[in-house]
Amino acid sequence: MSRTETDRRSGRPAEEQSLYERLQEFVGRPNGPVTSARDPVNVPMIRHLTDALGDRNPVYTDEEFAAGSVHGGIVAPATALQVWTMQGLRPRPSPDEPATAAEPGPMQLLDAAGYTSVVATNCEQDYHRYLRPGDLLSVGSTVESISDLKHTALGDGYFFTTLQTYRDQHGEVVGEMRFRILKFKPRADEAPAEPASRADRYPRDSAFFWEGVEQGELRIQRCASCARLRHPPRPMCPRCRSLEWDYLVSGGRGRVHSYVVHHHPPVPGREVPFVVALVELDEGTRIVGDVLDLDPAAARIDMPVEACFVSQGDRMLPQWRPRRG
Amino acid sequence: MPTTPAARRTRTFEEVDVGERLPELAIDLTPTLIVSTAIATRDYQDVHHDRDLAQQRGSKDIFMNILSTNGFVGRYVTDWAGPETVLKRVAIRLGAPNYPYDTMTMAGEVTAKEEVDGVGVLTLDIKGSNSLGDHVTGRVTLALPRAGPSS
Repeated sequence: MSRTETDRRSGRPAEEQSLYERLQEFVGRPNGPVTSARDPVNVPMIRHLTDALGDRNPVYTDEEFAAGSVHGGIVAPATALQVWTMQGLRPRPSPDEPATAAEPGPMQLLDAAGYTSVVATNCEQDYHRYLRPGDLLSVGSTVESISDLKHTALGDGYFFTTLQTYRDQHGEVVGEMRFRILKFKPRADEAPAEPASRADRYPRDSAFFWEGVEQGELRIQRCASCARLRHPPRPMCPRCRSLEWDYLVSGGRGRVHSYVVHHHPPVPGREVPFVVALVELDEGTRIVGDVLDLDPAAARIDMPVEACFVSQGDRMLPQWRPRRG
Repeated sequence: MPTTPAARRTRTFEEVDVGERLPELAIDLTPTLIVSTAIATRDYQDVHHDRDLAQQRGSKDIFMNILSTNGFVGRYVTDWAGPETVLKRVAIRLGAPNYPYDTMTMAGEVTAKEEVDGVGVLTLDIKGSNSLGDHVTGRVTLALPRAGPSS
């Protein structure tokens, strides 16, 4: 096993520290050139957009109504601020920028480091005035902040926040937007590129456990020297330090040693509240799992439970149900 | 898609109270809705219209783009407040993706009301939830017309 070099001051792995430092150099700097909208704000695009959104506000499409309204004429939905300067299907090379950028920007650095996926997480827009047909926007962007490496449900990544300033054809600022994305490495177990072979689907130390689960067996690691059971799987016996081990197949019966009721945060695909228990197996070690089919108010220490196997996504998970007696 | 008949009358600042809840709005997330709103916002990222590519990128399906979420938040509050609402600020945070065949239910509440230089300004907290959890939480600041002097 190779040791990872760490940065002394930050405690970050050296490679991560170097990427972090390179990224921080972009903070406060322009994030690409100022770009102009391809088309002025126009009624056909407003109509497409409001049709798609099911928005029937007449100030966007009904000339007569709009003329008598607070706006005095047709306006674009304020929330479409960002739409007008989107590059569209075939982005044009920017006239202000040489065809090949001299140095890679933060996005290229992150791509090169494997943080290839993007998800938008926050958008804050301020509207100085409503846009009218004929307004021609341009947008300039500045890097406001780049976070530390964060471990998220989607995978490890960096939050990247930019500040956009939108101007009209007269140079007047019409709106501003703070936009945050997570630039991340998709989690290996969620990247369905090619079905992984069985050998690299699970970590070596715990493969026996997950392969057991796939077959409906709850396999518990056992020290081959002193017979002590241990879970979760790991290479060395905490009692005798032996590296030799095998496993037994548990009968799948146990009692709730302790539990929590999960109310918050929301978990995708799950209805809260639900019960997560530390189950003491009859064989004598403990394992964590959800207790299904149980009203959280009825959860009790020492209640008998039995294992069940449920599919979640493309894998099976061992979980628990109340058991009589 | 079903649309809400837009009210022709706009609420006045005076007739809205802090604590007032907006009626819920359920939006059927059909594939057509996800794709048409992405294209209408000029967002051609493949994850918003091509399921195969979306899955290769680790997503279970195509999903709504953030510009459209913004649009729905705007529509939701102006459907309620009326056509002459003037949006000042929309700040949203995204959570669970809006995948096709789900439903996003929008809810909102008036959380603040203040007069700024004679303009009646409201703050609303908005939430759009689907079967996976909260897709969007946000805060909207808007101005409403004032009631006439006789009322």
